[in-house]
Amino acid sequence: MHAEMLVLQFPREVVDQPIIYRLVKDFALEFNLLKAAINPRQEGLIVMELRGHPKDFRRGLKYLRDAGVKVRQVAREVGRNEERCYQCGTCTAVCPSGALYIERPEMAVAFDATRCSACELCCQVCPAHAMEVRLNREAV
Amino acid sequence: MANYQVNKTYQEINEKIKKGQAVVVTAEEIIDIVRRKGEAEAARTVDVVTTGTFSPMCSSGAILNFGHTKPPIKASQAWLNNVPAYAGLAAVDVYLGATEPATDDPLNKVYPGEFKYGGGHVIQDLVAGKAVHLVAEAYGTDCYPNKRVEKDVTLKQLPNAVLFNPRNCYQNYNCAVNLSNRTIYTYMGPLRPRAGNANFCTAGQLSPLFNDPYYRTIGIGTRIFLGGGVGYVCFPGTQHNPGKPRGENGIPLGPAGTLMVLGDLKKMSARYLVGVSLLGYGCSLTVGMGIPIPLLNEEIAHFCAVTDDQLLAPIVDYGHDYPAATGRILGHVSYAQLKSGKMDLDGQEILTVPLSSLVRAREVAQLLKEWIEKGQFLLGEPVDLLPGSEEIHCVRTAGRDS
Repeated sequence: MHAEMLVLQFPREVVDQPIIYRLVKDFALEFNLLKAAINPRQEGLIVMELRGHPKDFRRGLKYLRDAGVKVRQVAREVGRNEERCYQCGTCTAVCPSGALYIERPEMAVAFDATRCSACELCCQVCPAHAMEVRLNREAV
Repeated sequence: MANYQVNKTYQEINEKIKKGQAVVVTAEEIIDIVRRKGEAEAARTVDVVTTGTFSPMCSSGAILNFGHTKPPIKASQAWLNNVPAYAGLAAVDVYLGATEPATDDPLNKVYPGEFKYGGGHVIQDLVAGKAVHLVAEAYGTDCYPNKRVEKDVTLKQLPNAVLFNPRNCYQNYNCAVNLSNRTIYTYMGPLRPRAGNANFCTAGQLSPLFNDPYYRTIGIGTRIFLGGGVGYVCFPGTQHNPGKPRGENGIPLGPAGTLMVLGDLKKMSARYLVGVSLLGYGCSLTVGMGIPIPLLNEEIAHFCAVTDDQLLAPIVDYGHDYPAATGRILGHVSYAQLKSGKMDLDGQEILTVPLSSLVRAREVAQLLKEWIEKGQFLLGEPVDLLPGSEEIHCVRTAGRDS
């Protein structure tokens, strides 16, 4: 079972199509709507948790994108476990957004969550497993 | 024997420590003192300089005795939290190496492997007071009939636990770059292609052996801060190579001296012994170590005043040269440059990345300073000094130092 919190942006041309219905019917995915703002002939926005078999999930996501829906996983965010982080700096080798950087001359590793793009590269390379993926329910 | 203006002995300094009168500063603080007062006056007024380092040190491990069972067992194979420990020792002694991965680890089959849990993690869990699952198997003998033991153990329950690290505290280390066209994952961290980043791994001017380049005070029997507890230098480390080329200031221009250290694991802390996973490489243990250097004379004060701009690391290509063991060095870069965040390689500006925690290294040096100031930690006078550059014949390591 795979679940993700998604933000879907519907361009004007597709708001009149039964896209969520297709997700359920054709891909056996469960959805839990948290927010929806869809108006005829205007851009629409849906925030929802989508859940299903990983394979169905991927196919469902592809269907959404092919249909012209913009899909973002903004509800996943990266956080730092301050207990585990021992301030080495390895993460700064891969951080593409500059959210992780070295403060000089202290040589402390700073984490500016507002600059984080949640790419999760740091989670892989952190030797102490201090960088964690979290679900940010506040952001939705 | 050189004639010094200042001549202090270990005994004199230890007497001052016992009375709570010793003047102790860190290897960063001594720099300014020597600059202002001069070497002789610094040696006169300051008694001890504390150093510190906090880096992954793969050649680390623990000797554990898990206690005799009833009926007794002579373990021939053992696992702690599914991580194999070497049991080819007497009955219930095992050695758990920091880089040993768990038996079911997929390793690099899915590249780059994550190496989520290994010997270093078991050591940290033990030190943190967590219960660890022990399995021991044996073939059975007349005197040791038991063939299998399975139980949860905590560090407290183990009769003995000694952190024993055959090679720690490298005196200088490579600055790693990757000149190939793909990202590589090394013990020096992730290296992006075409020299996308340059990784380095020492504390520079705070690092123990940078402050005593000729091993005048650090020797066999030196008492040290090890993993949050007290440890000792017990021998030169494996691959100790004092004969490496040195700069005019006497500092080796590449990985040179190393230390073999040990200490009572039971008195250590999970803050200064951290199990780590190096993506694509393996498991390891990050060790906090601090070594006190007594200012016996002005020459030692001179060495302790070394600064990052005088310390040079060799730049090595881990994309081709290192795995091919060519021994080629692309050039040298100072630790001042490395700590600045950028360096230059053939006209290309490269991001520099530390793998060693300077924040924690400073904490170690500060803590050791406080222990000595409070009279809780006395200096150990070496019974023998480490081999210096003229005394040792090193077997060539084919351009490799890991």
